[in-house]
Amino acid sequence: MAELVAVVASTHHPFYYRTSTMPEAERPPFAAEWIAKIEAFRETLTAARPDVLVMVGSDHFHQLWLDNMPQFLVGKAPFFDANFHNEEREFGLPKMRLRGQEDLAAHLLRDGLDRDFDLAFSNELRIDHSITCPIITLRPEADLPIVPVYTNIFAPPLPQPRRFVALGGVIREMVESWESDLRVAVIGTGHLSLELGGPRQFGPTGPDPVFDRRAVDWIANGDVAGCLAEVSLESLHAPGNATHGFMDFMLMMGVAGEGAKADFVETVDLFHTMEAYFTWYPGGDPR
Amino acid sequence: MSKYLIDKFLFSVDRDPELTERYRTDPVELVEWWERELAGSLLNCIPHEKTTWLAFDDDERRALREHDHVALFEMGAHPFLTLTLFIALFERDHGPMEYQLAYARAMDHVTQPYPDIST
Repeated sequence: MAELVAVVASTHHPFYYRTSTMPEAERPPFAAEWIAKIEAFRETLTAARPDVLVMVGSDHFHQLWLDNMPQFLVGKAPFFDANFHNEEREFGLPKMRLRGQEDLAAHLLRDGLDRDFDLAFSNELRIDHSITCPIITLRPEADLPIVPVYTNIFAPPLPQPRRFVALGGVIREMVESWESDLRVAVIGTGHLSLELGGPRQFGPTGPDPVFDRRAVDWIANGDVAGCLAEVSLESLHAPGNATHGFMDFMLMMGVAGEGAKADFVETVDLFHTMEAYFTWYPGGDPR
Repeated sequence: MSKYLIDKFLFSVDRDPELTERYRTDPVELVEWWERELAGSLLNCIPHEKTTWLAFDDDERRALREHDHVALFEMGAHPFLTLTLFIALFERDHGPMEYQLAYARAMDHVTQPYPDIST
């Protein structure tokens, strides 16, 4: 069976690429700390020596649209082109192309149905910065095949937080029951408190630093029950209008498992968001 | 009122550089043209299979023509779509982060709960 060698959860900040590739003298003052922390985070994935990456993210109204909106979707294709015109325009993100791992995608789709997750699928998916940002931060070589898993954190009605946690648990079971000798890492990205397009956007910190601290504690300690007791679709409006992206972190807590303390935890306070990085090693820390 | 159609406008104009530029330079013309030519276009279908019942109401048309992001927010347009498109329209005329902060300040009077963005 395949081995789940790392579970990685991260915020996806679209400006990391531009910040880390501009000439050093032109970089903003926070760049050095941010880059150093990302490079340490990257080492946690490298140390796990993965062969395949399951990439959990959320399309930001790029390919998926309100005329036909899936709640959870798996990409099954030999390749995935990546990044869209407006991401190039606003964030300076490059066009990319990643290989797909179709056997694992087929397994997730078949096994997901049989485990009561009616996953939608796409055979021609262009992926956006929710997946390319962690490729850029964690595996800039972009050399490993991926299976994209998209969640709807964006277009209500949204699935309940408990469904995100449950899907995370099922993804883990499915990876560990995949008949393969490959080493799999599951990487997912979301947000802590975040406001976009509202009055609290782009403040000196994230819109709700108290929520951010609590969220980091829930994730770092694997406190799934505590998190589920506090977080609802309704409550996530209060920390910021884009905070439903936190449910992708809850999905990753589901992959890591109840009570699983993260083996690596790091945060960075940026001017309008707290960035947070977590790695778990289900089979033991290889470092 | 059609939050869906406002979102569809923002979505389709944002993703097409030519439409973005037309909306920046002549919003009255672009909104009128878009409603006539593109409001009924159905993704993944041939042009002939047009949706027949989609139209803006007067307030929606006005908010779009006047680049009124505050009114769009109050109508429940998806804030991510509005922000992304309006950054493309107006960031060019401002210093770093200046437009984004002004965009937020224009909504200082908004209190929670924010308008429902469900479509």
